[in-house]
Amino acid sequence: MNVSVNLENDVDLAQHKIVAKNVQVYYGEKHAIKDVNINIQPCSVTAFIGPSGCGKSTFLRTLNRMNDTIDICRVEGNISIDGENIYDPRVDPVQLRAKVGMVFQKPNPFPKSIYENVAYGPRIHGLTRTKAELDEVVSASLQKAGLWNEVKDRLDEGGTGLSGGQQQRLCIARAIAVSPEVILMDEPCSALDPIATAKVEELIDELRSNYTIVIVTHSMQQAARVSQRTAFFHLGNLVEEGATQDIFTNPQDKRTQDYITGRFG
Amino acid sequence: MTDVAISPTKSIYNPDARTRRRNAAEMRFRLYGLSAVVVGLVALVILLWSILASGLGSFSQAFITIDVPLTASVLDKSGTRDVEELKKVSTVGYGNVLRVALMEQLARDKVDTADVSEKEIFDLLSKEAPATLRNMVLADPSLVGQTIKFKTYANGRVDGYFKGRVTLESAKLDSNITPGQLLLAERMQDAGILTSGFNWDFFFGPDASDLRPEAAGLGIAFIGSAYMMLIVLVLAVPIGVAASIYLEEFAPKNKFTDLIEVNISNLAAVPSIVFGILGLAVFINFMGMPQSASLVGGLVLTLMTLPTIIIATRAALRAVPPSIRDAALGVGASKMQSIFHHVLPLAAPGILTGTIIGLAQALGETAPLLLIGMVSFVRSFPGAPPEGFLDPAAALPVQVYNWTQRGDPAFVERASGAIIVLLIFLVVMNLVAIVLRRRFERRW
Amino acid sequence: MSEHTVSSYDEELRALAGRVAEMGGLAETLVNDAVTALLSQDLEKAHKIILQDARLDELQQEIEAKFIRIVALRQPMGQDLREIMAAGRIANDLERVGDLAKNIAKRVIAIDGDFNSKKAAFGVEHMAELALNQLKAVLDAYTSHDAAAAQVVRERDDEVDAIYTSLFRELLTYMMEDPRKITQCAHLLFCAKNIERIGDHATNIAENVYFMVTGNQLLEARRKIDETGLADLENA
Repeated sequence: MNVSVNLENDVDLAQHKIVAKNVQVYYGEKHAIKDVNINIQPCSVTAFIGPSGCGKSTFLRTLNRMNDTIDICRVEGNISIDGENIYDPRVDPVQLRAKVGMVFQKPNPFPKSIYENVAYGPRIHGLTRTKAELDEVVSASLQKAGLWNEVKDRLDEGGTGLSGGQQQRLCIARAIAVSPEVILMDEPCSALDPIATAKVEELIDELRSNYTIVIVTHSMQQAARVSQRTAFFHLGNLVEEGATQDIFTNPQDKRTQDYITGRFG
Repeated sequence: MTDVAISPTKSIYNPDARTRRRNAAEMRFRLYGLSAVVVGLVALVILLWSILASGLGSFSQAFITIDVPLTASVLDKSGTRDVEELKKVSTVGYGNVLRVALMEQLARDKVDTADVSEKEIFDLLSKEAPATLRNMVLADPSLVGQTIKFKTYANGRVDGYFKGRVTLESAKLDSNITPGQLLLAERMQDAGILTSGFNWDFFFGPDASDLRPEAAGLGIAFIGSAYMMLIVLVLAVPIGVAASIYLEEFAPKNKFTDLIEVNISNLAAVPSIVFGILGLAVFINFMGMPQSASLVGGLVLTLMTLPTIIIATRAALRAVPPSIRDAALGVGASKMQSIFHHVLPLAAPGILTGTIIGLAQALGETAPLLLIGMVSFVRSFPGAPPEGFLDPAAALPVQVYNWTQRGDPAFVERASGAIIVLLIFLVVMNLVAIVLRRRFERRW
Repeated sequence: MSEHTVSSYDEELRALAGRVAEMGGLAETLVNDAVTALLSQDLEKAHKIILQDARLDELQQEIEAKFIRIVALRQPMGQDLREIMAAGRIANDLERVGDLAKNIAKRVIAIDGDFNSKKAAFGVEHMAELALNQLKAVLDAYTSHDAAAAQVVRERDDEVDAIYTSLFRELLTYMMEDPRKITQCAHLLFCAKNIERIGDHATNIAENVYFMVTGNQLLEARRKIDETGLADLENA
């Protein structure tokens, strides 16, 4: 936690896409996230690692207010994106989620065609006016997601008929289609085989130049491979945050050290 | 460690005693299950057999066809063919015409009527026959003066004789029929006056009084049931689905919604007759709706079906994977959008099944309808909707109940026939449900 | 440090460190023996050293295999990664130390008998003692994970360098005085250089130990004092 405080002193605040200050999350009586402070840099990949139940997914979900759907969940503190507090009463979570897209652990394409999957977001947000424009957005999104060549001849087929890795990239294309600025990924590769994982990781690396990406992962190797910065969560605390290289070679906190070297009891 | 693995202490070729016991237990359990299924199947077969055996007869009917000269001097003394004038001749008058025509027909066909009185011969015709003939003439006055081929039901006992329900022995003890009449009927059959045929009137005709089982039909009950199903479908499905969506997706989880939930579950278990009392008290006594109307029946059945539909719909909604909701919310869909665009289509097969089960339950329900007067004897067909909803009507299960109460064994046959119709109705509904389900599920 | 969740990983790490320690001990012995052989003109011992160096190479290869195996199978991180890296590098250094000892032993055979400059020999002996102490100290620092001790070793390398510089000058003087001793002195000079290099390897190991323990590189560039070049120029 000291680390992030230091960072605030070192780096100009304007450079941060997301700034979380003293964030507390409660599930009923349970204090799930304890006083987390973190700054997330734009156009980079930030990985959240930590043992199961450490709060990394919970914290990720506070970034686009997905926790709102859980009745007993309560968020305190301040999370701002581009300097705007996303928990301000004026903020409509629907609009926020168009700006902060999300990709989930299990590939969850809608049981509709590939085209419809990608077109759904732009349609409900009214991003396109004509069919041609929508076609354009769909193909661009699929191209960015590296899926275009694999599906361009079968856009009318069901999205659930694709392989796991393709489904996950379809979900990424669906997230991209609404032109978000931040993409949150909750263990996006946990259900994929190594080849599909590699493709998604390659995609994440490409997307980095245009989007701010926050990824939760159980695989430390994955965090090491795709992220520029890594944050280690433990028991609801943000234990340590720093450049990925430093976290994996020379972590400052004993808990981080124990976790990344496989010594957790 | 590896040494142990190399020399097996126990061969897996010979199962030990414990394994054998376990396998035997498993075998026994499978036998229990199989026998349970067999018992169920046997019961079903017996049920179907008994119903089909006693009910199929109601689909065919003995008819008597005679040439009836509609003499103008008898039926239309004024000669104007005016309907009001024609109405002056009662069914007794038409009865006489029929009796004469029947005797002439028998004579023409040289049927031996020696040991049967003329009254007994006339009793071979259904008591419904004169009224039918009168209605024909009233509907088409131009028939007067012609000789028409008139096909009418044979008496229920005669019909029963050809179906084996009535025998010469039983006829000896029966005040309504004599063995002589039955033998005459046989001779009439040989002469081609008496024929058997498919009985369309059983499906489309109205109910008939105790003395005329051969004329009793299901038509009104059919329409009544159809009207009620329509009302249930139109009212219960939207209300039930809307309530489920609200409770499942929008309602806050607190004591009050818990209470509602418990009550819905309890309502599903409330005996149906209680809903009948409710309908009687609220719809008829308090709101002054007419008795025996299919509207009241439909409303009562709607109340009864709602819990079933709500429970099934909520289960279907809950069964939609949360990942789909997440996906919709994740791309910025509002809660409404995520429910109507994604959750509801996925839950549709389940909702449909619940609805059909609820409807089938409502279709077979008797008790509440008895209380709101749908058991009464209705001879006239209800009108077309929506006014027809207020006309008195019957319902299929009530008709079954009704017929089983009557003395004449011919009505028992009719009741079984009605049960077959009811079962076919249910099977068709289930088939529709299955087909719709398949179609919706393909979208997965 | 607590145990790994996977205990066989701990065993592998311990085995790796054990091999490095074994190598260290062997390298120390080789250097010690080589210097003794040099000073006592013990040809038999010199031959033995040349043979023993093969064992050191073997150990180094074994450590490298273990190193690759652990990296491939365990994907080490943090402290583990640093320890494994350090073990690999230290093994390399120790293997070089062994080579240098072997080189000295070879020169014992080359000098063969006509070694009579006691004074120069004392210089070499003193220098070898210092270098050996360095080696011992740094290996102790490795086994005890003592970053401070490793830092001390690195600082002390200057002393070895200083002795080497003076020895260099001395031998140069001998050679100028008596050209017949040039061969012998040249060999001695190379031996001295070898010993100085052993000191340098000890320094390398110290740096690796320091990184292994702290996770940081020793940042300030070590002042490498090699005035032999300057002496060379002066005397040319």
